[in-house]
Amino acid sequence: MNWEAFWLTVRLATIVSSVLFATGIPVAYWLTHSPWRLKFLVEAAVALPIVLPPTVLGFYVLVALGSRSPLGRWWESLTGHTLAFTFEGLVIGSLLYSLPFAVQPFASAFGAVDSALLRASASLGHSPVQTFCRVVLPLSKAGLVTGFTLSFAHTLGEFGVVLMVGGNIPGVTRTISIDIYDQVQNAQYSSANHTALLLLVISFFLLSIVYGLNRGFWIVSPWK
Amino acid sequence: MEVKQAFVPPFASPAISSELEVRIRKSFLNREGSFHLNVHFRALAGFTILFGASGAGKTTLLDCIAGLTDPDDGRILVGGEDLYDSEFKMNVPAWKRRIGYVLQDLALFPHMTAEQNVAYGLRQLDAAERQARSREMLASFRIDHLRDRRPAQISGGERQRVALARTLVTEPRALMLDEPLAALDRPTKSQILADLRQWNHHYRVPILFVTHSREEVFALGQEVIALDAGKIVAQGLPRDVLEAPRIETVAQLSGFENIFDATVVALHEDRGTMTCRVDAGQPGTGQLDLETPLVRAEAGTELRIGVQAGDILLATESPRGLSARNILPGTIVWLERRDGIVSAGVDCGGTQFEVHLTLAAQDALGLATGKNVWVVIKTHSCHLLRE
Repeated sequence: MNWEAFWLTVRLATIVSSVLFATGIPVAYWLTHSPWRLKFLVEAAVALPIVLPPTVLGFYVLVALGSRSPLGRWWESLTGHTLAFTFEGLVIGSLLYSLPFAVQPFASAFGAVDSALLRASASLGHSPVQTFCRVVLPLSKAGLVTGFTLSFAHTLGEFGVVLMVGGNIPGVTRTISIDIYDQVQNAQYSSANHTALLLLVISFFLLSIVYGLNRGFWIVSPWK
Repeated sequence: MEVKQAFVPPFASPAISSELEVRIRKSFLNREGSFHLNVHFRALAGFTILFGASGAGKTTLLDCIAGLTDPDDGRILVGGEDLYDSEFKMNVPAWKRRIGYVLQDLALFPHMTAEQNVAYGLRQLDAAERQARSREMLASFRIDHLRDRRPAQISGGERQRVALARTLVTEPRALMLDEPLAALDRPTKSQILADLRQWNHHYRVPILFVTHSREEVFALGQEVIALDAGKIVAQGLPRDVLEAPRIETVAQLSGFENIFDATVVALHEDRGTMTCRVDAGQPGTGQLDLETPLVRAEAGTELRIGVQAGDILLATESPRGLSARNILPGTIVWLERRDGIVSAGVDCGGTQFEVHLTLAAQDALGLATGKNVWVVIKTHSCHLLRE
């Protein structure tokens, strides 16, 4: 069992799901309430990582992070090294890769809040931001937990983007799924099985939370 | 039911006296095509009833006043202060307007208790004051025992009270009530109306009360504005507005298969009816008298009578012992089946009625073209229309 890879993966997933939680909420709110006619283009772009092969996404992230791109050059001038094949690069790739798994549950939860409540809130003297904090967010708890958990679980299990963007550097970019791949390549089936089983159990546990929540009986009681 | 005391104002408050003036236009597309709202009215402190069929534009009008939707142009003033003025590009956002608005579906916050719902609009007060005021308001609506319950755990009438309390506690400058009593039983209705009257007595703000129930209009008994297809068609006291001939519009016309020009020939005030002579002036129609409900009219007044084809009965023998006042002999001149109903044309001395029957009725009565029948129309199936 490679604990270094395990904790690296947990760290990556925690950072990615937290950043997506913070950035995904405004994006999802905008997607839910913007009257912009071309909004569907943004929705499609957000959903892209679901259907794209991780290699395609990884390839473009690699190009964007490389020393030939403006972003890559800016980062290099700032830190002295490129983003590619670093933990930071991995975070950026994973953010894009897991974006829909956070934004879509958020957006559907926001969209499910009865618009009459927003109207009532406005007539009771609350600004849109106050209404969002006191009405929309509390009523979207299940969706927020779902989005956070799904993006965490999805980052935990990513393989292609990590390999393309991060390579396979122990302690820096070697995540648990890549570790399993290495072990199988080296015919260490027993330790591969241990790691794989652990990932399986964790993923099952996380998805159980998501589906348990959305079944409804948890929505009120744990936060009552 | 226990005896309940009338509304007691929860706390002394300076009387706010304001007046609402609305002059707006708004056009938009809906399922039926384009809709144009174009109204101009003033509402003084007290109840002003907005009366009209669904789709007349009542809710859109309230939304514009509350700032939840923008008019195309015009001006909205409350207590002399501009809320909206297209000329000066002025548009106060809804949350700064201090217009109380009880939505048709109440929109209580499902994740909050009754007390938290009522306290919601008191954001600017400190916690102690907020609690004190919302509890007093709950008490004055006799729902303080429900304060820890959520909306899903209380009855419809109680939810209605919570919604009213939540809006009234904010001491709005004007109050919009969108069919607040529609879903309630009669005793609950009259209790809530009594509470509202009491509240109004103390606070003196303009209250726009939307309803399509005549009963509620008479119960409140004050200024009525009748709205139809986005326009004000009548304004005044209930008996003047509601008991005058109805206003004929394209929308209403489409609901009446039978429309006749008629002249009032006699008023029977003792019976609450009058006799109208279906116009003989038109070629091809003979004279025919119909008994209709009494409206404000005098002998000689010209109006139109609308009768829905489904409201007319046919009899194959001269009927006896019927309450219906209009029984007219005639002859079936055409019969037509469409969409599972039978449509029959009956000629009564030159005036033709369209009558809708079921297939079963046609078979049972053996109806056929040329058969002699009696047309039976209740007084109250004769709707009086005015252009």
